[in-house]
Amino acid sequence: MSHDRNRSLQTSDQLARGLGWMGIGLGLYQLLAPRSVTRALGVEGAEPIVRLCGARGVATGIGALTVNPKPSLWARSAGDALDLAALLALLADRDHPKRENVKLALAVVGATTAVSLYCAQDQTRRHAYQAGRTPDYSGRSGFPQGVERARGAAAGGGLPARSTALPSPASTPGPRGQATASRPDTRPHAKDSAKGSDYDY
Amino acid sequence: MKALCWHGKNDIRYETVPDPKIEHPRDAIINVSSCAICGSDLHLFHHFIPAMESGDVVGHEFMGEVMEVGSDTRDLKVGDRVVVPFTITCGECDQCRRGNFSVCERSNRNKALADKVFGHAGAGLFGYSHLTGGYAGGQAEYVRVPFADNTHIKVPDSLTDEQVLFLGDIFPTGWQAAVQCDIEPTDTVAIWGAGPVGQFCVRSAVLLGAKQVVMIDNVPERLAMAEAGGAIAINFDEESVLSRLQELTQGKGPEKCIDAVGLESHVPRSLDSVYDRFKQAMMLESDRAHVLREMIYVCRPAGILSIPGVYGGLIDKVPMGPLMNKGLTVRTGQTHVKRWTDDLLRLIEEGQIDPSFVVTHSAGLEQGPEMYNTFRDKQDGCVKVVLKP
Repeated sequence: MSHDRNRSLQTSDQLARGLGWMGIGLGLYQLLAPRSVTRALGVEGAEPIVRLCGARGVATGIGALTVNPKPSLWARSAGDALDLAALLALLADRDHPKRENVKLALAVVGATTAVSLYCAQDQTRRHAYQAGRTPDYSGRSGFPQGVERARGAAAGGGLPARSTALPSPASTPGPRGQATASRPDTRPHAKDSAKGSDYDY
Repeated sequence: MKALCWHGKNDIRYETVPDPKIEHPRDAIINVSSCAICGSDLHLFHHFIPAMESGDVVGHEFMGEVMEVGSDTRDLKVGDRVVVPFTITCGECDQCRRGNFSVCERSNRNKALADKVFGHAGAGLFGYSHLTGGYAGGQAEYVRVPFADNTHIKVPDSLTDEQVLFLGDIFPTGWQAAVQCDIEPTDTVAIWGAGPVGQFCVRSAVLLGAKQVVMIDNVPERLAMAEAGGAIAINFDEESVLSRLQELTQGKGPEKCIDAVGLESHVPRSLDSVYDRFKQAMMLESDRAHVLREMIYVCRPAGILSIPGVYGGLIDKVPMGPLMNKGLTVRTGQTHVKRWTDDLLRLIEEGQIDPSFVVTHSAGLEQGPEMYNTFRDKQDGCVKVVLKP
């Protein structure tokens, strides 16, 4: 897949989102209409299992839409592998009444498993937390004269005492608040601050 | 011009956008020489901050040369080298006159919307959602700076970009967090989060004379950087934060606690972090509050909690009982940048501190989208990224 350096979002990020929404959609369908799924695959009576798969799909789908979709994509891939195993078991029965539907489901689940695995692998690489070199920052004190000389260097002289330094809604402007001389106020509705920003656009 | 634009969760693009123009006599256009990715930009990247629109130019840490001014920018002239504070300030409203610049009453042009959300609006910010004015940000070749006569810090040519760039946000943010702690020589200051703001919290607490400064994180190279600045490191992957803080304070807890993490706190093996992640994924809360809960628990009674970390909306399961019964004081807020910059620039010029220590990655603006990923995942020891348009 191509890598576009002008964008932070790469192909696997977009595929992950697609898989997320698809997982939520299919999961809700399995949760709300499990009988139509069991009928299509010829496994009537397995509705509780279908609902469970639906719940799994919704959970991993929501996870795939988060900032770090990696764990959910791996979970989704594992779930897909279970689905593939179940479908292969159905296909092994040569007399299965919905064999064609099972073949179609196998193809679809197989394709999404491949996409999910690709995404999971690429996201693992891209979201590798603290990956790469670990530099030594033990020399970066930020104090050119050393830490010991810096200790308390700004505690006294020159800097404002706490009472004047701390931000306060007090009605009396503090000595540090006179940043600029005021200019004549010619704005319309200048006294009516409730009207919104006074900066005219 | 080229700029980094937000297009959704995890989606930052380097693309062409219209050049900015002077729209008001107090505007100026800055030719950006350096800009940086801030930890709070990651909250936008992860789409935890509401009211972003596709195509918004991001970035609020930037500096450069004035290339055009409006007719009323006073002593700001073409050719001046300036750092631009991330808070846009008129300098004239009641709050600006008190030095409370981050709650300027005039600079948020979407004040009506922000009033509805926050009760009362704060200042306009660069590149930080339409709740804060919807102004184009500074990860770009050029930026329009509103109220430019007040929203700038002139810096001398003798200092490099990397030495002064952080005057626009993270240095004064760390400094304000420490000042809010009202540090005394007997104090232990515990800081959560060894990112760039946390690093400046450490240096500020040291400069302000704390007896001991403790940094809590789990990224080894960031902890090493904090130790270099004078902190005692606690790696929460390797030891109990509570036990170590008790040991360091003779069982009394730190007097002052600083949350330099904000809304995306996460601790892998913590039950409340799992709870928060689940609730956040289900959109039942917007912010994760692990650090706040831990600070309230460990802080010495009558202590101070200072919160420079950004929160965007709603949090859950805040232990108000301990907070109230221990008599803790909470101080927070966006940074009143210009309140501190004269003093901090003087400290830099005197050689008391060199903020460039925090820069670990430097790249062209076109590499910005990839650098967002690198910064997010803390790859290659990434602590702070500076981009050069």
